[in-house]
Amino acid sequence: MSRETMSTIKASPASFASSRRWLLWSGIAALCAWVLVPIYLVALGALGGRQGVYIWPKTGLPTGISLEPFILFLKTEGVVQSFLNSFGAAGITVALSILLGAPAGYALARYDFRGKDSYRLLVLLTRAFPLAILALPLTVSFIRLGLYDTIIGVGLIHTVLALPFAALVTQGIFLGVPKELEEAAWVFGCTRVQAFFKVVAPLALPGIVATAVFAFVISWNEVFAASVLTVRNRTLTAYLLTVLSESPMHYRFAGGLVLILPSVVFIFAVRRYLFAIWGISSK
Amino acid sequence: MANIVIDRIRKSFGAFQALKEVSLTINDGEFVSLLGPSGCGKTTLLRIIAGLETSTSGDVRIGDRSIIGLAPKDRGLAMVFQNYAVFPHMTVYENVAFGLRMQKADDTRVKAQVEKAAGLLHIEPYLDRYPNKLSGGQRQRVAVARALAVQPKVLLMDEPLSNLDALLRLEMRTELKTVLQSAGTTTIYVTHDQTEAMGLSDRIAVMHNGVVEQVGHPVEIYNHPATRFVGGFIGNPPMNFIKVPVSNGQVAAGEEQLAAPKDVGNEIVLGLRGEAVELAPLPQGLEMKVRVAEPMGSHLLLTGSIHDQPVRVILPASETVKSGDTIGLKLDSKRITWLSPESGKSFPALLA
Repeated sequence: MSRETMSTIKASPASFASSRRWLLWSGIAALCAWVLVPIYLVALGALGGRQGVYIWPKTGLPTGISLEPFILFLKTEGVVQSFLNSFGAAGITVALSILLGAPAGYALARYDFRGKDSYRLLVLLTRAFPLAILALPLTVSFIRLGLYDTIIGVGLIHTVLALPFAALVTQGIFLGVPKELEEAAWVFGCTRVQAFFKVVAPLALPGIVATAVFAFVISWNEVFAASVLTVRNRTLTAYLLTVLSESPMHYRFAGGLVLILPSVVFIFAVRRYLFAIWGISSK
Repeated sequence: MANIVIDRIRKSFGAFQALKEVSLTINDGEFVSLLGPSGCGKTTLLRIIAGLETSTSGDVRIGDRSIIGLAPKDRGLAMVFQNYAVFPHMTVYENVAFGLRMQKADDTRVKAQVEKAAGLLHIEPYLDRYPNKLSGGQRQRVAVARALAVQPKVLLMDEPLSNLDALLRLEMRTELKTVLQSAGTTTIYVTHDQTEAMGLSDRIAVMHNGVVEQVGHPVEIYNHPATRFVGGFIGNPPMNFIKVPVSNGQVAAGEEQLAAPKDVGNEIVLGLRGEAVELAPLPQGLEMKVRVAEPMGSHLLLTGSIHDQPVRVILPASETVKSGDTIGLKLDSKRITWLSPESGKSFPALLA
C-alpha cells in the first residue's frame, strides 16, 4: 500500500512533465501545419497536372506529378516580366526603407527630442490611413510626375507602407546595442560616424537584415497599390489578380506557388538573422 | 604635464542639480577616487571629463588646456566602463588594439603595445578569442588592457569592479594597483565602495548630493572627516556621533574631562571611531550599555548606547563582554572629531 502511494507521488511530476512535453510538441505541430498545409495544397494543385486539381475526394498524396502546368505558366507572356517587376519594386522598397528607416530608428533609440512619443505614434498612424482613399489622388499626381505605370512608382508606395515598420523595428535593434559600446568607441578615437560603422552597424546587422525581410515581404505581397498604379508594368501580384480569374484551376495554383516561393526562400535564407530580433541571438 | 583641473563644474538636469560648483585638482600621476553613494554626481562628473556629457557651466583643463567642448576622441584620455563595454564582434586582440588602430599606429607598434598591455593584465592566452567566451573578470581585464594600450595621459575608471563577484574584486583590486603604479598614469576612479577607494587611492574626494565634501589622503579622511556625512560614510562600522553637553568648554567622558573646541554652545557632537576606545573600570570610564556583543574572531563588536544614543565600538577579541553588560570606556582623545550639531561640519583638530 505504502509503496503504491509512493509510486503515484513519484509518478505525478513525471507525468506532468511529459504532458507538458506533449503540449509543447502538439503546439509546434499545429503551428507548422497552419503554415505548411496550405503551401502543400497549393503546390499539389500546381504540380498535380490538369486533372489533378479536380480529383475528388482529395487523396492528399502527390499523384501524377508533372511540372508541365508550372512550366506552361512560366512561359505565359508577361509572367517573367511581372516576376522581375515584383523583384524590382521589392528591391527599391528594401533599399529605401533601410536607408531612411534605419537612421530614423537610430535617432529614436539614441536621442531625446521634443515630441519623440508623438513622432513614434505618427509613424504608426500612417499605417492606419487607408490606401484606398489615396488611390485616385495618387494616380493623378503619379501621372503628372511621370511615375505612373513605373516600377519606381510602385516601389515608392511600398516604401511608404514598409517605412513605419523599418523605423520602429530598427529602433528596437539599436536600443539593443549598449550605449556604452558606442561611448567606448568615441573615447578610443572614433567620431560619431566612425563609431556607428565600426561598432553599432556590425552589431545591429542581424536586426537590419530582418527588417529588410519584412520590407521585402510587404512589397512582394502588396496588390492594391500595385494594381491601381500600373497598367502594363505590373508586379506579379497585380498581374495574377487580373489574369487568374479567367484561367484554368491548375494554372491558378501554379501562380499561387510562384507568389509564395520567393518569400519563403528569402525568409529561409536569412532565418539566422531573424532570431536575433527576438533576442535569441544565434551567436 | 597631465594634471587635471576641474573648475566650478555645474550640471543640471532640468530643475535637479546633479553637480553644484565642483572644483578639484588632480596632480600628474596621481590616483584620485570619487567616492560617494549612488546619485551623488560622481559618475556624471567623470562623464563630463570624458566628454560623454556636457556640463551646464564650468571648465575642465588637462595640462592647462581646456577640454570642454572637445570631442571625446580629442581629449587624450582612456576610459574603463562599468559594464566593460568590450566590443563583442572583435577578438580580444582587436579590442585591445582598437585605440591604436584609430590613431593609425603602424602594425609593429600596435603589436608591441597590445602584447605589453596583455602581458600586464595576464590575458595573452585569450588574444584570439571573442569576448563572449570570456568570464566577467577576464572581460574586465580586456577593458583595462584596451585603456592602457593607448598609453593615455589620463585614465578614467567608472566603477570598474562593481560587476565582479567579491573574491574576484579583491584580486583585481590588488592587481589594478600594481599595474597602475607601474604605468604612472593620472587616474580618476569612480566608486561607491569605500574599501576600494581606501585601498587604491592617493587621495579620495568624497561626494554627496553634487558637492565634494572632503578631499584628502584616505587615512586623513578616515581619522578627520570634515563632515558628519563623510564620517558616517567611511569606515565599517561607521563613525559614532554622540550629542553631549558642554560645560565651561569641557565635555565629561566619565570622570575624564575633554577639552571642547572654543566658542561652542551648550551642546556638541562627539565623533568617535569604533576602535578609538579601550575598556576602563566604571566610574572613571564613559558608561556604555551593551545591547549585543558579537565576537568576530579578529575583534569584538559591541552594539549599544552611550547617553541613550546608538553606538558601535570595537574591542580586542581577548576582552570578555557579554550582551546586556554595562561597561566603561576610555576615549582616545587624539582620535576624537568634534562636530557642530547645527551644520554637521567638524571643528579643526584641536590637539593635532
